[in-house]
Amino acid sequence: MRRSCLFLPGNQPNILQNGMVLPCDVLIFDLEDAVSEKEKDAARELISQALTTLDFGVREKVVRINDMETFHARLDIINVTKAGADALMVPKTVGSDTVQKAASILDEAEEKADLPLGSVGLILLIETAMGIEKAFEAASASSRVRALALGGEDLAADLGCSRTKASRELFYARTRLVMAGRACGLDVIDTPFTDARDAEGCYEDASYARSLGFSGKLAISPHHLEPIHRAFRPSESEVAYALDVVSAMRRAKEEGLGAVSLRGKMIDLPVLAQAERTLELATASGMLSTSRSTSTKGD
Amino acid sequence: MKIQKKAHAGTLESGDVLVTVMPSDTLTIEIQSPVVRQFGDAIERSARDVLDAMNIRQGAIHLDDQGALDCTLRARLHTAISRALMEEDDTADPSGKDGNTVVMTE
Repeated sequence: MRRSCLFLPGNQPNILQNGMVLPCDVLIFDLEDAVSEKEKDAARELISQALTTLDFGVREKVVRINDMETFHARLDIINVTKAGADALMVPKTVGSDTVQKAASILDEAEEKADLPLGSVGLILLIETAMGIEKAFEAASASSRVRALALGGEDLAADLGCSRTKASRELFYARTRLVMAGRACGLDVIDTPFTDARDAEGCYEDASYARSLGFSGKLAISPHHLEPIHRAFRPSESEVAYALDVVSAMRRAKEEGLGAVSLRGKMIDLPVLAQAERTLELATASGMLSTSRSTSTKGD
Repeated sequence: MKIQKKAHAGTLESGDVLVTVMPSDTLTIEIQSPVVRQFGDAIERSARDVLDAMNIRQGAIHLDDQGALDCTLRARLHTAISRALMEEDDTADPSGKDGNTVVMTE
């Protein structure tokens, strides 16, 4: 589940330790933009120590490494892999070259750390025009890729346009990224909402992202976690329908049918997949317990 | 191995620790912390762990603690030593026979 993916600056210990209690799905420890050039070594060591010793619970632990074109990237990958990162976020991903370069160093890092090959994932941050155009190539370049994420600020700079609250300038990039990611069976994470004080603006932006097919949203402030979760919370009627779909499809399977009628409409496997996704979101939102019992309604 | 040049890591912000390492003929650890009475021994143990792991036998270590967690202390000390050893890590003294001192102040 990657609804809310919160960036934490990598060289600020008082903020890093808050990651143990913040209610997000994914923590992204940042070694890139949030850390000055002369503090890269200190941040790398601090994040590695934090990953080794602090308990971040069930939150996915991701480290945004430095640009693969810098010498920092290799040191980042080797150190944070050994320290226990679940995945690495690769900034400025452009096509398969970036992914294969990261995956190759990751192979070596896992071997050095005595980890099973392929256990650490990659989340690709796509934030240039060329990166958007090559999104499918990147997404399909390695079995390590777990998700695509959109970096709207850098993309707008690359496009030479202004970032606006309505984000119309990102429409093509957003839909293109959702297509590329979903085509590869991946999660797709939307760009952060940049006004930390505007929770309702964040809610509107996250709701729009969900309507386009995104699975979650990056966040630069803990104040955005609640509106993001609210945006990705299914309605009561969506959950009721999803429960009915799962139940009806279970009956259909028992009867050897591939499709079945529910509320006057035919439902089949893609509808089931959508229903299961809704129930996952409902469970994450606290609307359903993890031990679910379903009641069925007739057609 | 001994510290060959002065180096810093960390800050004086809350939850952090400013570590300064300097050359010295002996190994000294000076701890300044608002919680030195409660955690001085634990801070010293962690510092010694890092120094042992990095095989540091000589150097003056100053820790200006602002309520850092153990992992932060270890990270900052490791970084300061790594910076101090940069390009000069061929000056190791393997004898390990130097005296050492600990000073703690609130």
